[in-house]
Amino acid sequence: MATATAAVKAVKAPSPTGDIVARWVVLVFAASLLAIAVLLVYELFIGSAPAREKLGLWGFLFSSKWNPVTEDFGALPFVYGTVVTSVVALLISVPFGLGAAIFLSELAPAGVSNALTFVIELLAAIPSVIYGLLAIFTLVPLMRLYIEPFLKHTLGFLPLFQGPAYGVGFLTAGLVLAIMTVPFIISVSRESLLAVPRDQREAALALGATKWETTWQIVVPYAKLGILGSVFLGLARALGETMAVTMVIGNDPSVHASLLAPGYSIAAVIANEFSEASGKLHPAALVELGLVLFGLTMAINGFARLMIAATTSKGSRRP
Amino acid sequence: MKTFSLALAGLFLAATAPWATAQKLNACGATFPDPIYKTWFGEFGKAHAGMQINYEANGSGGGVKGVTDGTVDFGASDMPMTDQELAAVKSGKILHFPTVMGAVVPIYNLAGVTQDLKFSGPVLADIFLGSIAKWSDKRIAAENPGVKFPNEDIVVIHRTDGSGTTFVWTDFLSKVSPDWKSKVGAAKSVSWPKGLGGAQSAGVTGLVKQTPNSIGYVELLYALQNKIGYGSVKNSAGTFVKADVASVTEAAAGAAKNMPDDFRVSITNAAGKNAYPISTFTWLLIPSKFSDPAKAKQVKELLHWVLADGQKECAALSYAPLPKAVVTKEEKQIDAIQ
Repeated sequence: MATATAAVKAVKAPSPTGDIVARWVVLVFAASLLAIAVLLVYELFIGSAPAREKLGLWGFLFSSKWNPVTEDFGALPFVYGTVVTSVVALLISVPFGLGAAIFLSELAPAGVSNALTFVIELLAAIPSVIYGLLAIFTLVPLMRLYIEPFLKHTLGFLPLFQGPAYGVGFLTAGLVLAIMTVPFIISVSRESLLAVPRDQREAALALGATKWETTWQIVVPYAKLGILGSVFLGLARALGETMAVTMVIGNDPSVHASLLAPGYSIAAVIANEFSEASGKLHPAALVELGLVLFGLTMAINGFARLMIAATTSKGSRRP
Repeated sequence: MKTFSLALAGLFLAATAPWATAQKLNACGATFPDPIYKTWFGEFGKAHAGMQINYEANGSGGGVKGVTDGTVDFGASDMPMTDQELAAVKSGKILHFPTVMGAVVPIYNLAGVTQDLKFSGPVLADIFLGSIAKWSDKRIAAENPGVKFPNEDIVVIHRTDGSGTTFVWTDFLSKVSPDWKSKVGAAKSVSWPKGLGGAQSAGVTGLVKQTPNSIGYVELLYALQNKIGYGSVKNSAGTFVKADVASVTEAAAGAAKNMPDDFRVSITNAAGKNAYPISTFTWLLIPSKFSDPAKAKQVKELLHWVLADGQKECAALSYAPLPKAVVTKEEKQIDAIQ
């Protein structure tokens, strides 16, 4: 009763104070996020000053030398390793994740779907060091003894699958990243598939489409934005992943065409070398690598936005 | 409820009370002596009521950075500070105090080889340079008569994070191989000509255990704890020596006689018939001047304790205690702290 009268009173005499306070509070929250991002770039920029002055931006980006003794630093092997492992991860995780999401949202009974989704979301919460340990003890021997020899035997004519099978390298790191990104892709894609209105499906079925035609030609295109979003969420995780990657990538700062060869990633080298980096140039070069990773993430996200904008203007726009 | 919160407040007070009066020292640095430093500092705190030392094992580089910037009361490092690093310290002089000694050993994974392998320095250098590429190489066989080696490629495994272990290893290789010195050099992180990198000792040990036909290097303590076979290394007197407390102590004996006044000395490839050639001191980095006289007093007390009581605990953790001559010389240096 009391609340009802209070509500009536509020309607009678609307006070702008609450609105103003709320407006400022949320504005401060939003602005602080932006401020953190700006501060981050500023700190990275300042911290990398000695390296930027000595090595220059382009010289740093395109040099593949990394020698702390002679103080020659180049980012190329690390950028290459980061991009290659992330691309391998997405090539594996996108088909798997999308397939699983379609099954969960369109085909599986609701009970099964919810139970499986719960398990998948648990997978997303596992710390990356656990994935790394699992990879070292199970995936690496498996890769070395079976998968890599098989790839060399069947696809060895491609430069992608040549060289000795160490078990660690770009391919293994990509595979671990794929396992880590799949839960994100499934979870977010399933949500957006479920959000497709029922009448879209009914209309397609009524026009004589089969169940699969409905799913593939109507439901998936309708949920395209959400699915792309899930892919870029996965990509963001893959680009910045540190522990699991450094445990299986081989940590060799060089550019190899073969996916079986050992490599290195930006996040991994920062984690490995920063605490012991001495002198002026070495820590600054690592900070500059952080700046490069930030730029790389920005560029990829920007590219993603452009792609989404381009595809939505042509295709069906969401209401 | 009230009694509960009262009890809670009481507990809180009880927990914080010693902190209020305790003299606290903060230190950070090398990971290699971390197990013994934790033991020492814990026991020192127990034996001297009201004194606490926090030690954060963030690496030798972290220790040097800490004392240079003055963010900690003292640091620790597996590699003496360079002249350049010492010159960068604005607040005053930094004194080096050796605390214990340790060894770095070559570990390997070779199926079917049960004997302990023998390596000379130049062979190790060429394996890590890649000019000896196969286990069946004549030069390895010549040092290990009777061992049947597989005709397989050698997989080199190294530390990928900067570390004092890598410095000691590359310092030794630089001394015995001119090729290594000119192409790679000695540092906490170097540009490796070949091989896979493992993060920290655990990563190197894991990779060596997992990768057939591999060779790597770790601290002796680590090889012992993980029960991995490790090889003996040829010393400057020409004998193959396995690392243990006695052979590391002998490596320091020569250095003890000719110890420079600032204690910055490398004992890799040391003279001595049974000296293990890849041995090292590890140092505490102590500022010569403290702004707080109480802190200076406590640091001095700590150093006296480490050099006397602390040394007795080395062997249990597979560290070698300091030679007598070094201890005597260090005791004199303690007086320089103000």
